[in-house]
Amino acid sequence: MAMLDKQMSAAQVVTQLRDGMTIGIGGWGPRRKPMALIREILRSELKDLTLVGYGGPDMGMLCAAGKVKKLIYGFVSLDFIALEPFFRTAREAGTVEAMELDEGLLHWGLRAAAMRLPFLPTRVGLGTDLMRIQGDLRTVRSPYADGEQLLAMPAIELDVALLHVHRADCLGNVRVESPDPFFDEWFARAAQRCYVSCEQLVDRIADVDENAAKANLYERSLVSGVVETPGGAHPTSHVPGYGWDAAHIKRYCQAAEEDGGWERYAEAFLGGDESDYQQRVGGLDAIRTLPRQVF
Amino acid sequence: MSNSTFSLAELLICACAEVWRDEGEVLATGIGIIPRLAQGLAKRTHSPGLMITDGEAYLTDTPVTLGARSHEGRTYEGYMPYSRVFDLLWHGRRHALVGPVQVDRWGQANISCIGDFAQPKRQMLGLRGFPGNSINHVNSMFVPNHSPRVFVEGQVDVVCSVGYRDDNWPEGVRRDLMGIHRIVSNLCVMDFGGPDHAIRVVQLHPGMAFDEVQAATGFPLLRAGDCTETPSPSAEQLAVIRDLDPGNLRARQLRDNPPGVRVAA
Repeated sequence: MAMLDKQMSAAQVVTQLRDGMTIGIGGWGPRRKPMALIREILRSELKDLTLVGYGGPDMGMLCAAGKVKKLIYGFVSLDFIALEPFFRTAREAGTVEAMELDEGLLHWGLRAAAMRLPFLPTRVGLGTDLMRIQGDLRTVRSPYADGEQLLAMPAIELDVALLHVHRADCLGNVRVESPDPFFDEWFARAAQRCYVSCEQLVDRIADVDENAAKANLYERSLVSGVVETPGGAHPTSHVPGYGWDAAHIKRYCQAAEEDGGWERYAEAFLGGDESDYQQRVGGLDAIRTLPRQVF
Repeated sequence: MSNSTFSLAELLICACAEVWRDEGEVLATGIGIIPRLAQGLAKRTHSPGLMITDGEAYLTDTPVTLGARSHEGRTYEGYMPYSRVFDLLWHGRRHALVGPVQVDRWGQANISCIGDFAQPKRQMLGLRGFPGNSINHVNSMFVPNHSPRVFVEGQVDVVCSVGYRDDNWPEGVRRDLMGIHRIVSNLCVMDFGGPDHAIRVVQLHPGMAFDEVQAATGFPLLRAGDCTETPSPSAEQLAVIRDLDPGNLRARQLRDNPPGVRVAA
């Protein structure tokens, strides 16, 4: 049997994507987003995407570039800037469909897909306008003596998941050292295929320490491709490693206030490849020394 | 009546801390500077059993200092990543103090958007955790700008968190896990102790009259029979607040940082 080698380039990942696909993106707001992969999508001709996630500049930029048909989200936020400005613009202009969910409900839909179930029951959303604004949600009655009425959260099935990690190897083994793993595991399980970008790619990960292997957030059978992108989460944070780039994020947000602002941002930063991008934001060393945020 | 040696922000931090009194071992989550200071104050004074986070993914026995430049000196008693927050809150052992944009007479709150959901006049934060929080555990609310735009006459534009409006509860849905404890505003403290959970004013902040609060509210309020003046912060409370917020971020939360005792208009 041939040795597994899942190493790819970001451009090769994008050749695996198609117009109209449903793409789940890991991370949380401005934290540990696979931004190098997102930038590669921004440089492509892809369109009509449905994006799923706890959104940050990933969703905002793809909306700004006109690549989004629908968003399925728990929020779209930059954390220290509460509302993603390009998301706000897209919503208020009515240019994207929106499936706005409770944050927990989003992970519940991913879990249903991960377990290959049509839905999972929950109380979350009942008694609110959630079912009014998302007209296709249904309830289900408990078949047991309690007879409780519950919301049936449908599975959120993903064509592809895009995730960012600290280390990976060519077999698709990953290590995530972050304080919070977020919901990346459920994106990986809910997807047909999962592509992982990493700060460091090695031939084989072979931890001697059992505890180190606990950072293997999801198993390699879920991973279709690995891409080495040091600094690839920029301008979002990647802890331990680097904080989010508040100055760059503010610059990006400023673009949302200006006519043609996105086009100028794209011209200033996305005209070349990833190494060109990194030069334009100060270089990889500057990214790697961005201080971690203290909350 | 004390003279005003404390700010309104400090009075509100103390009033907000009271929402967690007698809660025991629950996760206290205060969203925003004043609620976050309040959770730390509650833990360091009357409610040491509370669990609180560092604002990221860990439980800290000692509340973190606001505005800290490094993680130095922090110690962690446990782990609370977002996935565990959902596990915990669906289990019910949490009391959050949240900041809604609109609240109605049934205690339903909105942070999603203003106008029609399909194409909102103003997109706000989205539903975030409001549906799940509100149906699973007790919540309180903090409103720093008490006005008819917040406390609306009719129903809020998007019902993000459950309240006491019977029409919005389908048959067979469990209502016994939810509760709204208090609303702390810049004018008063309210609860839901009236008939059919009607909102009552239970404390008026120093210098405020019930009529002023009613005039700033889009629906009729009740005045609790035992309505009192909101207690002024003690010297001990003020010392803890200064310790939690050495950079005085609290002074920038309310416009013009008004004094705690307001002179009647």
